[in-house]
Amino acid sequence: MARAITTQKKVMWTALAWAFGLTMFFPILWTFRTSFKTEAAAISDPPVWFFFDWTLENYVDVQARSNYPKALMNSIIISVGSTFLGILIAVPAAWSMAFVPGRKTKDVLLWMLSTKMLPAVGVLYPLVLLAKWLGVMDSRILLVVVLMLINLPIIVWMLYTYFREIPGEILEAARMDGAGLKAEILYVLTPMALPGIASTVLLNIILAWNEAFWTILLTTVNAAPLTSFSAPEGLFYAKLSAASMMAIAPILVMGWFSQKQLVRGLTFGAVK
Amino acid sequence: MLRLIAGLEDTSSGHINIDGNDARVLPPAKRGLAMAFQSYALYPHMSVRKNIAFPMRMAGIDEATQKAKIDAAATALNLTDYLDRKLGQLSGGQRQRVAIGRAIVREPSAFLFDEPLSNLDAALRVGMRLEIMEHHKKLQTTMVYVTHDQVEAMTMADKIVVLQAGGIKQVGSPLELYHAPRNKFVAGFIGSPKMNLIEGAEAAKHNATTIGIRPEHLGVSKTEGLWKGRVGVAEHLGSDTFIHVHDTGLMDMMTVRITGDIEARHGDTIYLTPDMDQLHRFDAQGLRIA
Repeated sequence: MARAITTQKKVMWTALAWAFGLTMFFPILWTFRTSFKTEAAAISDPPVWFFFDWTLENYVDVQARSNYPKALMNSIIISVGSTFLGILIAVPAAWSMAFVPGRKTKDVLLWMLSTKMLPAVGVLYPLVLLAKWLGVMDSRILLVVVLMLINLPIIVWMLYTYFREIPGEILEAARMDGAGLKAEILYVLTPMALPGIASTVLLNIILAWNEAFWTILLTTVNAAPLTSFSAPEGLFYAKLSAASMMAIAPILVMGWFSQKQLVRGLTFGAVK
Repeated sequence: MLRLIAGLEDTSSGHINIDGNDARVLPPAKRGLAMAFQSYALYPHMSVRKNIAFPMRMAGIDEATQKAKIDAAATALNLTDYLDRKLGQLSGGQRQRVAIGRAIVREPSAFLFDEPLSNLDAALRVGMRLEIMEHHKKLQTTMVYVTHDQVEAMTMADKIVVLQAGGIKQVGSPLELYHAPRNKFVAGFIGSPKMNLIEGAEAAKHNATTIGIRPEHLGVSKTEGLWKGRVGVAEHLGSDTFIHVHDTGLMDMMTVRITGDIEARHGDTIYLTPDMDQLHRFDAQGLRIA
């Protein structure tokens, strides 16, 4: 029997959902608005909400003072590069854990997850020293590798849960049909897990894109991505906002278009 | 056991010989076997054609040969019109046919079937059973077929191996198993309805711990006979009648199978006489006494 949903209840829940949504969106809205103000208007107290002189000068300013295309390029290379490198390593790892689990598989999975609890600062010095010794400070390759390592546990975990949903008999059938390990993963497992792999890729691109700690600390000029692009220099709220907007715009647009995949990815396996 | 033969699990003891060669060290693909799974285990992201082609693609067979073999298999299996469909658009029986098609094109030295029909409905199961037997006759290839369905076992097999809890209970042709079951387990498993197994004093009369008599080897009379009982449920199938008899004092419920239609009302008194030639005797260990 369907539950009776009264109009009153509907209105209430809708209002509540909107309230939550707007609260979460508020900082972005605030930044968006501030980015079109003059510096003076940006710090005025009480703040002016919408009726100020909208201006694009911050964007022009930021553009003139720094190299947006270069930072954008770095961001894309670092986030996409680290994600694909991670997938390349995580697919075989997740395959073995999902289909030929050993006695310690569960422990390994938990241990991998536990590395995410390690405070990043803890490995800062070793990493910086190592990078300097290798002469790769402020290089894209360093960031690709570091961010890949940081997000690898999540990629493996996500792929592991997707792979677990695939019936093992199909892989056994592939083995009987003469598929070697490579063919089995390439022609059978990967195509079947494609929706899962896609949402893992999306989520990790976003995570890598937004990763600020390492990207700011390990780069100066050459490999600096958009996160360090929007790192503050002095009290210029309006320009900072403009820079932030420019930094998050690409990922915001990507997120918008891949909403369905992302939601499916995050709730996958919860309902069956 | 099928998984051991197929090489999907490692052998801890014993031998596996395929075409006279020890196969224990060979990976599944190198054993020259084809397997049909209960769940079909088809590749859901591929079309019917690609599914059937997969083993040939893995073997690196050229496209023209592949196409010829696919067409031949599709014709044999009535799948020609479905070759370019996705699996989601097929019925259970058609999917099983695709699985068989995928197995056939490999030209294996033996087919392994893991309860391939148990996911199909009754009518389809009978049809597919006949189809598989038809292919078996045509291909003349060894088939190892695992089933829990004794009718499938009886109708399809040249030789049945009855397994219980990992141990072999009897090996023989279907009729050998029917006429001379080596133990109580095989006696109860083969034949439908099940053999009546009687213990106690009546068995002792025949110098046995247990005696068995099949439902079809019992004579029925309303006036006289060796054993007396009361009619319970009677199942009229038209060609046969199954009568379940209570209060015989021999066992809980005895089943009788009479050819043709016979009137038997619930509660009627009924007399049963076994055909002594068809009586099976078992000792205390449940083994057959010759």
